[in-house]
Amino acid sequence: MGLRILSTGISLPKTAVSNDRLATMMNTSDQWISSRTGIKYRHIASGDENLTSLSIAAAGTAIERAAIRVSDIDMIICSTMCGDYVFPSLACCVAEALGVTCPAFDLNAACSGFIYALDIADKFISTGRSKHILIVCAEMMSRLCDWTDRSTCVLFGDGAAACVVGEGNAIKYINLTSDGHTHLLYQQVGSGNSPFRPQKEPGFLVMAGQDVFKFAVSKVGQQTELALQALNLTPDDIDLYILHQANKRIIDSARARLEQPEEKFPTNIDRYGNTSSVTIPLLLDELLEAGSIKKGTKLLLSAFGAGMTTGTCVMIWE
Amino acid sequence: MLDKITKVIRDYKEDPDIVITKDTTFAELELDSLATVELVMNLEDELGITIELDQNIKTVGDLIKILEK
Repeated sequence: MGLRILSTGISLPKTAVSNDRLATMMNTSDQWISSRTGIKYRHIASGDENLTSLSIAAAGTAIERAAIRVSDIDMIICSTMCGDYVFPSLACCVAEALGVTCPAFDLNAACSGFIYALDIADKFISTGRSKHILIVCAEMMSRLCDWTDRSTCVLFGDGAAACVVGEGNAIKYINLTSDGHTHLLYQQVGSGNSPFRPQKEPGFLVMAGQDVFKFAVSKVGQQTELALQALNLTPDDIDLYILHQANKRIIDSARARLEQPEEKFPTNIDRYGNTSSVTIPLLLDELLEAGSIKKGTKLLLSAFGAGMTTGTCVMIWE
Repeated sequence: MLDKITKVIRDYKEDPDIVITKDTTFAELELDSLATVELVMNLEDELGITIELDQNIKTVGDLIKILEK
């Protein structure tokens, strides 16, 4: 016995920022951003919006749709690169708001975090240790980016997506990797005010765009091939490829290499930008709401992110 | 090598008549930074090698120099 996703829920900051609006703030244009990334809007947190409130809202929707009691949740896993606090974890903030006392912890596998969380949840449910696990992916990329660097800040968005998982047999294959190229995509922490080390200001997100693009396209292909081989499937056997929404050009390039039609690679990056580990559950939520995923739909989830990490999962929807 | 690169570029651009010389720039071919990476990946597949990305690759000649190293 493994898991199935019982429900999903999402929450986005209220402000959607268009490329045109960004063009009034920095030297960029809708044409430049759209043609290189496929992004037209991204939601950016403003005012008193924070990751805890977004996470609670997404979790609330998922719990309601799962038709379970809050007290049925026996584990909370949050995937985030940076919660509202260094500690306690974002998961503990969510647990406090929900009024539950189950184990709660964060994991950081950057943009691959949702698949990492799924694998951990699968193992806890498989062993009978947990029955209902709440997974929340939540990222506030707008506070990690350098807003004076027009080549990166336009790429990202903020948001949260949650799911409740329970007993089932949906996962047919899952594989996680990390390959040691930590310098391609990173953000450095500051030194604090320790008198024993040189003072160092905290940094912003740094990305070697071309290298990340190459990593993403080649790894999506390689990892997909491994998954399909393990299950004795061909690319044609998959109904929907749910790729991490980092850049439309990565998705198009990976799709072309797998020789699959565009409709099998749904995207929503045009409206949300790259929300890191949120992108896959955010897209799943939209596809479920639209009725595009039904019982029996074969999904291949593929994520890649800083580390460089990958996560690949083949799932038959239950 | 120029012939092989020419073939990969023609396939990528879906234009069998493009004339490529060592002085042809990727900008002239209307290939932005990500398209250049795709082209390099197609070339890797064609030649069966791994090519290190280099920000200084501006012309087809630059690419040939890297491949000949």
